[in-house]
Amino acid sequence: MNDKIQQFRSGLKDGVPIGLGYLAVSFTFGIMAKKAEISTLAAVVMSLTNLTSAGQFAALGVIQNGAPFLEMAAVQLIINLRYCLMSCSLSQKLDAKMPFFHRFLISYGVTDEVFGVSACREGILGPFYAYGLIGAAVPGWTLGTLLGAVSGDLLPARLLSALSVALYGMFLAIVIPPARESRILAGVVLVSMAASFLFSRIPMLSGISSGFRVIILTVVIAGAAACLFPAEEKQGGKDVS
Amino acid sequence: MNDNIYLYILVMAGVTYLIRMLPLTLIKKEIKNTYIKSFLYYVPYVTLSVMIFPAILTATASAWSGAAALVAATVLAYRGKSLFQVSTAACAVVFVLEWALEFLL
Repeated sequence: MNDKIQQFRSGLKDGVPIGLGYLAVSFTFGIMAKKAEISTLAAVVMSLTNLTSAGQFAALGVIQNGAPFLEMAAVQLIINLRYCLMSCSLSQKLDAKMPFFHRFLISYGVTDEVFGVSACREGILGPFYAYGLIGAAVPGWTLGTLLGAVSGDLLPARLLSALSVALYGMFLAIVIPPARESRILAGVVLVSMAASFLFSRIPMLSGISSGFRVIILTVVIAGAAACLFPAEEKQGGKDVS
Repeated sequence: MNDNIYLYILVMAGVTYLIRMLPLTLIKKEIKNTYIKSFLYYVPYVTLSVMIFPAILTATASAWSGAAALVAATVLAYRGKSLFQVSTAACAVVFVLEWALEFLL
């Protein structure tokens, strides 16, 4: 029992940057939702039930246009398909004997950030650690939406600007230390960043949505790395334990 | 539109949850195939790197503060600082730099 509380606490602690970053991003979402004439309650419910940034921003346009539900489903599927890859990766971090209800609950919180922290943690991912992360992320995301919708002027712009790098700082804190230990991972990180940069600059590719960009590059680069350096997993394979 | 909004939200939430939930519940066993294992091992590093750059340069009010945050966070992460420390330092760098830029210009 104590172990569970310990795990939950450590998840909460690691989740603080997620919550802070979400606060800034969802604040903007709240403002945008209000501009799209969506009620504060609906915006908050959307954030609480969806817990996804790009998908929700895209949804505003769909709702404003009064588009069919099928279109909404398709848009969400395309933008959020990257979560499918993340969940596949995460499935290997869970204890095979873990009860199903934990899997159902963790699924709710598989965001880019929760995934990043969970997937790169050493050893098996305990459900209570994941709940800690989610427990820090969800209030940030929901509260930010509320604050943004209620009062767009509540937080000074400079503070919002500063908070919005919290997530990137966290991502860097996740990828850099292992990249320092492994030249292969360092290469993977650099190639990924360079490719992402090219995708944003080359005219034909820059039209691709960010969700798809993540999917395409992940499949290609992780696929190539797995071909070229299949043994890497064993070296860094503390996760097999 | 307001009657519909919760239906829209339901559709969104349903689709998004299924995307997240199906792989986690359907893949219960440890994958033995070396290629797939390696692929899944690399996935987080690629996705996170792709999401960091160049997006960090447009996240803040100026590309300079974003770049400064990138450098600061990279150095601190390299030195093994915690998630929280790296993250708050990145925020602080942006805050101070944008304040200074405003002051100077």
